[in-house]
Amino acid sequence: MSLLELKDVTLKFGGLTAVNALNLSVKEGEVFALVGPNGAGKSTVFNLISRFYTPASGSIRFDGQDLLARPSHAVPALGVARTFQNIELFHQATVLQNLLVGRHRHRSTSALENIFFTPRVRAEERAHREAVEEVIDFLDLQPYRDQRIAGLPYGIRKVVELGRALATKPRLLLLDEPASGLSVEETQNMRWWIDDIRRQMGITVVMVEHDMGLVARVCDRVVALDGGKKIAEGTPAQVQSDPAVIAAYLGTSAVSKTASASGERQ
Amino acid sequence: MRFHFKTNYDTDIDLFPDWWKRGLYLALLVFAMGLPLLLDEFFIGEMTNVLIWSVSGLGLMLLTGQTGQVSLGHSAFMALGCYACVLMMEAGVPFIVAFLLAGVITGVIGGLIAIPALKLHGVYLAIATLALAILADDLIVLLAPWTGGVNGKYAPEINILGLVIDRWSTPDYYYWMVLVVVLGVTWAYRNILRSPLGRSFAAVRDSEISAQAMGVDIARTKTMAFGLSCAIAGLGGALMGLFAGAFNNETFNFLIAIQLVMMVVVGGLGFIHGAFLGAVVVAFLPQLLSILTSSFGRGMSVPGLETGVFGFLLILFILFEPMGLYGRWLKIRTWAELFPFARKDMFKRQKSYLKTERLR
Repeated sequence: MSLLELKDVTLKFGGLTAVNALNLSVKEGEVFALVGPNGAGKSTVFNLISRFYTPASGSIRFDGQDLLARPSHAVPALGVARTFQNIELFHQATVLQNLLVGRHRHRSTSALENIFFTPRVRAEERAHREAVEEVIDFLDLQPYRDQRIAGLPYGIRKVVELGRALATKPRLLLLDEPASGLSVEETQNMRWWIDDIRRQMGITVVMVEHDMGLVARVCDRVVALDGGKKIAEGTPAQVQSDPAVIAAYLGTSAVSKTASASGERQ
Repeated sequence: MRFHFKTNYDTDIDLFPDWWKRGLYLALLVFAMGLPLLLDEFFIGEMTNVLIWSVSGLGLMLLTGQTGQVSLGHSAFMALGCYACVLMMEAGVPFIVAFLLAGVITGVIGGLIAIPALKLHGVYLAIATLALAILADDLIVLLAPWTGGVNGKYAPEINILGLVIDRWSTPDYYYWMVLVVVLGVTWAYRNILRSPLGRSFAAVRDSEISAQAMGVDIARTKTMAFGLSCAIAGLGGALMGLFAGAFNNETFNFLIAIQLVMMVVVGGLGFIHGAFLGAVVVAFLPQLLSILTSSFGRGMSVPGLETGVFGFLLILFILFEPMGLYGRWLKIRTWAELFPFARKDMFKRQKSYLKTERLR
């Protein structure tokens, strides 16, 4: 059974159809990528799953539950975590505090208990910190634990954002361009982490990514979008060689050129 | 400089990181408690005033510094706290109960008002809350049968289990009572900061969108912050009214709310210390100004000087030291601790050019 299922999802901004009758199905345990040129609606799909947008029609189900019946802040409670394309961390807080916010859905103490800091709150805080330390160990963030985000370099922030999503202990992880703006080594690290997230933690990953090298290495299945529509689906190799995908990226004339170029070679 | 070798999670969770800090604040507490032995009655009165301002300041700090929501209407909640406390005392409720209940009532009403108001952002929220402050002034006049309207009310005698506390006859007791309230509020404030509640406040302040993606209910969190902030401001208002001895609709006019905003900005947004430093400025600046004007001769007061200087200070701080007095102190301390390795741009704020647009 599929973990995440989008059926006939359509979203319109005024006259623009950002997502057009999209069907997606993500199986438990796989790494799934959404690719496509700028403005294809990839991040919009993420925002639909996070419930920042409500589709005009269609259904979104996670593990059999209707996501559209929930407000956005109730989505993480099901086990859906995400990162953002432009890094949305809590800038005035330290790395540790950022990761601790990720534990928000696991808290069980009331506001009143918080104000008086009852022993139960303390016990829970210890448990939160233990969970967060595991994430810090996993992502090698020890040197930055007590540093404020505002002073950290871009690459580290990207990792912290991944860590914050992991701290929620999700079942489904949505990564919006995890490798954008990263150096070659940092992208390499990201690739290993995504592999480990799937293998060791058993978390299903859906990512939007432009770096086809990374996509080809870590993903089982790829869906290509253009203009809000699905234009191709399959393994990374299949999608990369799909004429519709090449046309979407490079224009239709490029397709005839590549076709004639391959013809010449033969 | 000192290094913290953390050996367990409690080091981070505890109120003070090490024995040095604990000792420092203990010494400060002993000093504060012993202050009546060192100062005469006039200065004890002034110190009480500073502490009362800092209670209300902590209230606004929780909202503006921690949760990032501006309020120019906190004078209304100070008034509400004051009238609620005094009316209950007149009805025969013992002071301690009336005082605490006044905080609770103000908090609940503040939270209710927040539900529609907090749909507004930034400057619009500021305008809406300013309207609230001006409305409160009129409401007090309209509700004259209870509030005494323009004629105002006299503060009843404070009696804690037979111990009479009065500003004029027993200023030391009044000071100690306020000190206890300050300690209680500061302790609760610290507890909020080190618990999930405080982290959700900071999350809402720094990025609403990702707070939501982490499961923080924005509307609920903001309402909670507003309610708690109002409750603390209400306690401050009750202390202020009782300290003044007599109060009417003018006592809590909107200028008080604006002074509160100035206090938290000048003191340092987001720092507990900031509320106290700001309170010192707000409480002593008028005195300093009057000393200055009289030393320049003529012994007459300049109309509007106080407001003008307050406004000018606020502008200067926003332009040149957005982190406030406490932020400046942190910079100096870091410079001294790292000497000679401190870099000039250590505290510089990075501009982020890429920003996720506000969705919806």
